[in-house]
Amino acid sequence: MAVGTISLTLKVWRQAGPDQPGRFETYRAENIPTDVSFLEMLDIVNDGLEREGKEPIAFDHDCREGICGSCGAVVNGRPHGPRRATTLCQLHMREFRDGETLVIEPFRAKAFPVVKDLVVDRSAFDRIIQAGGYVSVRTGQAPDANAIPVPKHRAERAMDAAQCIGCGACVAACPNASASLFTAAKIVQFAMLPQGHPERVRRVVAMVEAMDREGFGSCSKHYECEAACPKEIKVENITLMNREYLRAMVRED
Amino acid sequence: MLDARVPEGPLPEKWTRCQFEMKLVNPANRRKFTVIVVGTGLAGSSASASLAELGYNVKTFCLNDTPRRAHSIAAQGGINAAKNYRNDGDSVYRLFYDTIKGGDYRSREANVYRLAEISVKIIDHCVAQGVPFAREYGGLLDNRSFGGAQVSRTFYARGQTGQQLLLGAYGALMKEVKAGRVTLFPRREMMDLIVAGGRAVGIIARNLVTGALETHMADAVVLASGGYGNVFFLSTNGRSCNVSAAWRCYQRGAFFANPCFTQIHPTCIPVHGDLQSKLTLMSESLRNDGRIWVSCKPGDTRRPNDIPEEERYYYLEERYPSFGNLVPRDVASRNAKMVCDAGLGVRGGNAVYLDFRDAIAREGVAVIRERYGNLFDMYERITGSDPYKEPMTIFPAIHYTMGGLWVDYHLMSTIPGLFVLGEANFSDHGANRLGASALMQGLADGYFIIPYTMGHYLASAGPAKVAADAPEAREAADAAENRIRKLMSIRGKRTVNELHRRLGLLLWDKCGMARNEQGLREALEEIPAIREEFWKNVNIPGEPGTFNQVLERAMRVADFMEFAELMVRDALERRESCGGHFREEFQTEDGEALRDDEHFAHVAAWEYNGPDAAPRRHVEPLVFEAVKPSQRSYK
Ligand SMILES: Cc1cc2nc3c(=O)[nH]c(=O)nc-3n(C[C@H](O)[C@H](O)[C@H](O)COP(=O)(O)OP(=O)(O)OC[C@H]3O[C@@H](n4cnc5c(N)ncnc54)[C@H](O)[C@@H]3O)c2cc1C
Ligand code: SF4
Ligand code: FES
Repeated sequence: MAVGTISLTLKVWRQAGPDQPGRFETYRAENIPTDVSFLEMLDIVNDGLEREGKEPIAFDHDCREGICGSCGAVVNGRPHGPRRATTLCQLHMREFRDGETLVIEPFRAKAFPVVKDLVVDRSAFDRIIQAGGYVSVRTGQAPDANAIPVPKHRAERAMDAAQCIGCGACVAACPNASASLFTAAKIVQFAMLPQGHPERVRRVVAMVEAMDREGFGSCSKHYECEAACPKEIKVENITLMNREYLRAMVRED
Repeated sequence: MLDARVPEGPLPEKWTRCQFEMKLVNPANRRKFTVIVVGTGLAGSSASASLAELGYNVKTFCLNDTPRRAHSIAAQGGINAAKNYRNDGDSVYRLFYDTIKGGDYRSREANVYRLAEISVKIIDHCVAQGVPFAREYGGLLDNRSFGGAQVSRTFYARGQTGQQLLLGAYGALMKEVKAGRVTLFPRREMMDLIVAGGRAVGIIARNLVTGALETHMADAVVLASGGYGNVFFLSTNGRSCNVSAAWRCYQRGAFFANPCFTQIHPTCIPVHGDLQSKLTLMSESLRNDGRIWVSCKPGDTRRPNDIPEEERYYYLEERYPSFGNLVPRDVASRNAKMVCDAGLGVRGGNAVYLDFRDAIAREGVAVIRERYGNLFDMYERITGSDPYKEPMTIFPAIHYTMGGLWVDYHLMSTIPGLFVLGEANFSDHGANRLGASALMQGLADGYFIIPYTMGHYLASAGPAKVAADAPEAREAADAAENRIRKLMSIRGKRTVNELHRRLGLLLWDKCGMARNEQGLREALEEIPAIREEFWKNVNIPGEPGTFNQVLERAMRVADFMEFAELMVRDALERRESCGGHFREEFQTEDGEALRDDEHFAHVAAWEYNGPDAAPRRHVEPLVFEAVKPSQRSYK
């Protein structure tokens, strides 16, 4: 495969810590091969900074194959950059043109305080899951795996929702910084499966409350989340979550 | 001297007997015991959750910002279990047999049998957790066959089985956090193990956000810190995977077993250039439908679709008619290397074709898309080439490490109270792991073994009662602090990555897919030189008392630099070929691995002897009562 190179100007958000002021710094990314990934491009820039004895740009990453949900930054206003259904680590530089300027900033939300540069604290997501994002089964209790059949289409729907990687792009994309897509994905996964049913009511109430408590905004149907989601989690999930919530409220009264 | 504590009795009764003979901790006393778990992959999350459910007080640590991002998340293909839902002749015994044989007769029979036995319960438990496994139209679970097996025993959730299993275990963990029985310490790196009174009683951890060193005490420590594939720099592992936690335990007295047993996965996207940071695996399930071939003409520059059928060399199908493209990983990898070394690789380079043309013609695009859609998309995203239209190109890459800390049947290391689970231990896969068996092992260890063996240990040993300011704890904290200070003071000219890459290339070259005495001896000379350069000339910008990703990496690479030497030494001493360890001097006439059961039917377990002395090699003989070791044949 023939590989070209491109050169870019980067405006990157630098912030030393949660309580420090942040600012954009400008860097040149010269002769970047178009077959490297976005994070590898940042590696190259960081390599240059390290050689000058400067602190490299901090960013979270691990698997570099779009599954762990560690990576993520807003590139020219779009969480995870311009390509649909793609995490930042899977975005390749062939998506950009020579001479472009890229503005790179962290996922911003009140519930996601900046740790450093592009790294944010997404532990609020863990606390939403703690509120009820599981089936309360103890090791050892389970019946045979085939004891309860699950219609294929429902299993598939559960799997569609379960693919969420917890990256937080949906929050960053939402004008209200709502975590509805993330939360709905988990609720719908369990709503589709018989194993999730015993705790259905309790789960939706607890998780929605946790979402509010963590300081995420509410959903006013902008649907920016779906467009930003690297795993193509659909906004229908939010509709379903709302329905589950209403049903729970009726039942609780 | 190495006592594996394998229970007496016939193979199928050993685990039941052991469970019965083990001591129990009274439920009311369990919360008085604190257990530290390092790692939140499948092994660590399942262990933390299960121990907490029993009532122990659990403290769980991981490097990532949340437990759900552990490297297990990346596993694609599936998980094995001897359910025999397909009525195709599977059984606990067959899974046991396949695993022993696949591991080239270098694993412990009793452990492997227990693993096969437990496998069925894992699937039950994960389904009950709401893991959305693939199903058939009748609503029951689907299976597929996976590298090295002739039965369909692999359960899967699209191409994201590891993700779904880990999210199941993570959910269980979060449930226990909510219940107050697990305290979570994310973004913490274990820096050292605290050993006092001859037992593991705590860890030193670095808070990766503030840089502060913390001392955590406990009655026992569970290490589930994953594998060391990143010693090769380029691998399919997540970037934070490391040997450091295991290495510290080794230096504190835990034996390290079979470090040279590393697995090369045959189907990864080939290396594209010097700036690459990791290699991406294409699930081996692709080999069920994809056909592997190269051109018969060396250095053929034609596009693959222009190469006519009669000029294609389907080398696996020709050489191994009964297993064909489904031969085990080590065999598939070595053959790819052989054809590429002969100049037959794609454009004469290091890559072979994985072609779906025939499968698409036979089954239709829709079926292939349903089976592999997300993998095809991933391939297209990375390479810019469309596998529905043109064959993929693939090449082997470092993927998994069978070696790890030595553990006995209870999964306890040579340090009492230090248990090792998942990829971090050496236990079940011998010299080669079969596909879809790592997930099974991690979850068997965490859900179904440690809850029993931990109870036995705590009931026998009692509480540790060592305070955080005990001399042993202070010494470990000082050691960590000194190491950091020393690294920060170098302020040299080389980047961490550059030195890591140098080490990795050397190992790939001399201790990778094929090894020989001369190369290994050369590596033993060269590693210390790279290490010296590292300690003289590495540059770590920033400050230690902050969020400092370069320092994190530097510490891990420093340990790889030491560990590499042990790995090479182990490869040198094992004068035979077995599984993933292929010594060129020891091969059959047609180029297959030639074992030497007379001299090497054993586990090599290395004991640390201080920084200046050579480590000591201990041996745990492997006794085969149920299966008779034979030359593996996949012809
Ligand atoms: C791309 C890929 C695909 C795979 N596909 C399959 C498959 O289909 N089927 C299969 O069976 N196997 C597969 N495997 C192998 C399998 O995923 C792993 O062997 C397994 O998940 C390891 O689990 P683990 O719990 O032992 O460790 P990991 O999941 O690696 O977890 C390690 C944990 O330890 C923590 N940790 C590490 N060091 C420290 C430290 N110093 N301090 C604190 N915490 C630390 C990490 O943060 C992490 O939480 C695959 C592997 C890869 C790379
Ligand atoms: S819903 Fe999508 S964008 Fe939001 S956390 Fe999940 S994967 Fe990320
Ligand atoms: S680094 Fe794992 S999703 Fe990007």
